[in-house]
Amino acid sequence: MTVPLIELKKVTKRFGTRTILDRLNLTIFEGDITTIIGKSGEGKSVLLKHIIGLLKPDEGKILFNGKQLKGLTRKERKSFKRQASYMFQNNALFDSLTVFENIALPLREKTRLREDAIKSKVLAKIDQMELSEVTYKYPSQISGGMQKRVALARALVTAPKIILFDEPTTGLDPLRKNAVLGMIAHHQKKIGFTAVLVSHDIPDVFFISNRVAIIDKGKIPFQGTPIELEQSENPVVQEFIKGQTNLKDELTGLNTKQDVKDMLIQEMDSVNRLQESFPVIMFTIDNLEQINKHIGHIAAQQIVQCLAMLIKDHFDTADTSAWYSQNEILMVLPHTGLKKAKQVIDELAIDLQKQEIFQAKSYPKACFSFSILAGLAEAGPGTDMDSLIEQALSHQKIIAHLECIKHGETA
Amino acid sequence: MAQATNSIFAPFNRLGKVSIAFLGELGAIALFFIHAIALIFSLPLQVRKTIEQVFFIGAKSTLIILLVGLFTGMVLGLQGYYTLVKFGSEGVLGAVVALSLIRELGPVMTALMIIARAGSSMAAEIGIMRISEQIDALETMDINPIRFLVSPRIVASLISFPLLTAIFNVIGIVGGYLSGVCILGINSGIYFNRIEPNVAMQDVKGCFIKAFAFGIIVATICCYQGYFMHMRPGGFGAKGVSLATTSAVVLSCVLVLVVDYVLTSFLL
Repeated sequence: MTVPLIELKKVTKRFGTRTILDRLNLTIFEGDITTIIGKSGEGKSVLLKHIIGLLKPDEGKILFNGKQLKGLTRKERKSFKRQASYMFQNNALFDSLTVFENIALPLREKTRLREDAIKSKVLAKIDQMELSEVTYKYPSQISGGMQKRVALARALVTAPKIILFDEPTTGLDPLRKNAVLGMIAHHQKKIGFTAVLVSHDIPDVFFISNRVAIIDKGKIPFQGTPIELEQSENPVVQEFIKGQTNLKDELTGLNTKQDVKDMLIQEMDSVNRLQESFPVIMFTIDNLEQINKHIGHIAAQQIVQCLAMLIKDHFDTADTSAWYSQNEILMVLPHTGLKKAKQVIDELAIDLQKQEIFQAKSYPKACFSFSILAGLAEAGPGTDMDSLIEQALSHQKIIAHLECIKHGETA
Repeated sequence: MAQATNSIFAPFNRLGKVSIAFLGELGAIALFFIHAIALIFSLPLQVRKTIEQVFFIGAKSTLIILLVGLFTGMVLGLQGYYTLVKFGSEGVLGAVVALSLIRELGPVMTALMIIARAGSSMAAEIGIMRISEQIDALETMDINPIRFLVSPRIVASLISFPLLTAIFNVIGIVGGYLSGVCILGINSGIYFNRIEPNVAMQDVKGCFIKAFAFGIIVATICCYQGYFMHMRPGGFGAKGVSLATTSAVVLSCVLVLVVDYVLTSFLL
């Protein structure tokens, strides 16, 4: 088995009474890009600072090539430090030095290169990071994104073997963010350094990572490849992966699929006991993929939100509605009669057709059709859930529609 | 009972704690200084950085030293004249002005002026570098921050303090001449004639010893306060830097005066 480049064993760190790292174990292999993700304030930066040696653990060991950092000779420790480079979360640029001097500093102080060699190296990095305009400006005179790139250039200029990046993309615009991640991946392939990244940019950062570690409550509950991460059933991992879809549910105000299933089961029970019946409605947004494709993700999201909002407006708050699949909303109406439910669907249909999302002028550049369908089914004693949903789907009728005829006119 | 004993000893406990903390701090400052001095000689020598600091601490302080020196000398001449004239010995004014300047006022006033101008800025600059993680950044690059930041400043102080003190003394004597001779009418020949036999080489040596000592004290304390600003209670952010700067100035002023007394008692 290969010896990991850096290994943290049962590392504990406390600040006063707060335990930041709690017997944490982490393995970093040579040549990998390892990403550490975790909520804010979970000690990601503290963890990185332990690896570089800025902070010392209260308990536990940090091994470098199988040897304890503390036990290394002066020379070995120096050589480790020379090989490692650190990019700080808030850049930590020397504010009384210019951009050029900042990037040149590690070369000037730690190598015996001649001044002209240093100059050409630094200028090449400046060029690569598109910083040529600000070469002789001071850090406080340039934008936050530029500062980030200066810090990146400074971390890369000594061609180190290990680079620790503390949130290299935070505060950058999406284009630059991808450029920075791309640059890290590109340099990593070219030079072959070992990278440890702390980042919030899920899932983008997974594309460049070989390994991912999640830090939670001072421990690492998961470390593995991004593919393993995606398939992991660890609840903390699930929480992270769902982090993004959760936002959609929050915005639409709909319940989760599990909620509606629970309610359905509960209602079925009481139906069987009381010999009563209640309606369920299945809404489907037809052609949602087309909208995603022709217009974009935001338009699709707007349509979903609009539908969810109108459903909430028209129905009773006691009714439960939830995503059944990507484009289906299932509603359970335990306190509404079948007739009333039909009436509400009709009202909803009128309102829906008036919405901006059903006006062709909202999409001046695209031509496509889409519709919203609703299907009603009645759950009586002895009905099982699957057949109930099937019944609802088979009864679906179009309640709102947008048709594109030639020049984008509404039918 | 135990409580009563506790309350009796409480002030002593406090005093003990404060004393231990104070001595601990002095020890830490001494270690910091030894560390910085040792790193002066590590190769390659930081000539360029030291020259920059000499420029900042020394050259840029010249004007203020000239002004303060001139007026200190003038007021010495004025006060000295009116005191001496009562005894009919205004002729020794030159010696009075020169000796007070060379033995005491020169080194002390120079030190106080440099504390105000350069010492405070040393503490603030290093303190800001600490809070913005620039010192940590140096460490991650395997650049020793004490060598990089403190050693050049200590060397620069050791060069600048004696030179500025000398300038202060000379301009002070000129100031005394202005008020004593030009304004109050003492004979110019007598003014300088009295200086020459009364100022011994030992006085000048003592003056330089003091200047060196003050240079070390000011640079070490101001750098120390900035460097370890994060260790002090409440030492966070901008407020921490301001506290560090304040205590750098106060502590170095007090120590300069205390050490001045001690050195004087040895030198006289």
